Amino acid sequence: MKQKNKVAATTNWPLTILLIAGCLTVIFPLYMAIVIAFKKPTEMTNDIAGALSLPKSWSLENFAEAMRVTDFWHSLGYSVMITVATVVLAILLHSLAGYAIGRSMAKNKFYKFSYLYIVSGMFVPFAILMMPLVKQTAQMGVDNWFGVILCYLVFYMPMNVMLYTGYLKNIPIALEEAAFVDGATTWQTYWKVIFPIMGPMHATVAVLTALGTWNDVMTPLVIMSGTGANTLPLAQLTFQTQFGTNYNLAFASYLLALLPILIFYLVCQKQIINGVVNGAVK
Amino acid sequence: MKKLSRNQTFLLITVPVLALFFCFNTLPLIKGLIYSFTNFKGFGSYDWVGMRNYADLFTDARVGKSYLFTFKFALVATILTNVIALLLALGLNGKIRAKSALRGVYFVPRILGGLVVGYIFGYIFTYILPAVTGGSSMLSNTNTAWLAIVIVAAWQSIAQTTLIYISGLQTVPEDVYEAGAIDGATGWKSFKELTFPLIIPFFSINMVLSMKDFLMVFDQIMALTKGGPAQSTESISYLIYNNGMGGGQFGFQSANAVIFFIVIVAISVFQLNFTGKKEEQL
Repeated sequence: MKQKNKVAATTNWPLTILLIAGCLTVIFPLYMAIVIAFKKPTEMTNDIAGALSLPKSWSLENFAEAMRVTDFWHSLGYSVMITVATVVLAILLHSLAGYAIGRSMAKNKFYKFSYLYIVSGMFVPFAILMMPLVKQTAQMGVDNWFGVILCYLVFYMPMNVMLYTGYLKNIPIALEEAAFVDGATTWQTYWKVIFPIMGPMHATVAVLTALGTWNDVMTPLVIMSGTGANTLPLAQLTFQTQFGTNYNLAFASYLLALLPILIFYLVCQKQIINGVVNGAVK
Repeated sequence: MKKLSRNQTFLLITVPVLALFFCFNTLPLIKGLIYSFTNFKGFGSYDWVGMRNYADLFTDARVGKSYLFTFKFALVATILTNVIALLLALGLNGKIRAKSALRGVYFVPRILGGLVVGYIFGYIFTYILPAVTGGSSMLSNTNTAWLAIVIVAAWQSIAQTTLIYISGLQTVPEDVYEAGAIDGATGWKSFKELTFPLIIPFFSINMVLSMKDFLMVFDQIMALTKGGPAQSTESISYLIYNNGMGGGQFGFQSANAVIFFIVIVAISVFQLNFTGKKEEQL
């Protein structure tokens, strides 16, 4: 017994050191982006030292210029608006759909069909929807941020409905019956009893939907093009030509685009990691 | 107001959700199928051409090249991602210090947007690596450009894959190893005969998820090569976007998208069946 405790308490130092060294593969690209973003173009000599050494003075000039060139606050506004609206609507709509379908699909063929119909949407690649969607959103007058939100609500529906119906299987129907006895309608029961209980699944759905929409380029690229509005990633693509060979400006802009999600990750690291793992494993 | 019955409430929820899903998933899918039988350029009038687009697809060198690239890329990236992620997960699950901090760092690439990550790596491939090796940029050579895309895509994908393997490893109880050690199973043998069989469900999830993501690769290509050099890194999604939206091949690329859709469904069904059978054998 003593022997076993000793083994469990020993740290595998070579492994620890190896893994810390491996972190360089993650940190190096970010370190490079940071030092270049703070440098002046004149500091960028043609050797590696010019790119990778620390800047002589940490100036925010590049960031101010990048904000001006890429219309940063507007792009950030669109990104935040689209992501927040999509996440909130996805939680409300997909959980409701998951509830209605999940509670009925065992005994009713219509709901069983609805479930399979929606979940099969997971196999539809965006590439096949892309071109018709561009035409369709234009005809409907929603070839803008609003249309992007509508698309996301549909694209994430298969995964989210599957997650919610799966989670619902573990919530006993007896909980609802108690509320029915008190005279509550199904609608009231849902919001008072079921919706709060599904809290952990809301977190998973929120994380997966938020990461997907925040980083997505393709949907806003094809649907919002021509409106002059950009999301944060789309702005990097749109203004790529204006950065030219001014990499200091470009990297300042990239960092600004990465900053919100990095801050978010620092604050809710645990929820994000759990959300991503739960979404994949369940 | 008359109280709605449980079934009426469910119907009132499900029907609008199905309508929304139909409108932005099934309808564009059907439209894409219809366009695939026309010579539509994306604007103006068009004629029916029957199956000609499909016949042309199989003789079009550029389309063939994009399928070859996409599959080669997806296969190599899937294997690379899973091998590295599994090793990393074993390490991060070992007796190490600063476990959660290390996991936190290795997860960072998952939350960053593919486009901006692509731009940052673009600089590494163009300026940093050639300065170290003394060679030319990987991105300008038709033999190596696809490897650069593999590296960037794997760098991002390893983060989530590792986390899923870790959650798999945590389901393996400690006494399995202890019992194995008594029978002389340690190191590689213990991994092959004890650990791996027990985490096969997680292996399946990772294979399916990473393969599907890699087959739809777009952002990294947009940022790193735009399909070049000499169309050697044109993925199917990128080709459909590039030639369908801007190249006047709306109809032809719709046919390409339909085939791509069928391929994705076929691969998903095959993978699910294959891994399902493997799990049953255990």
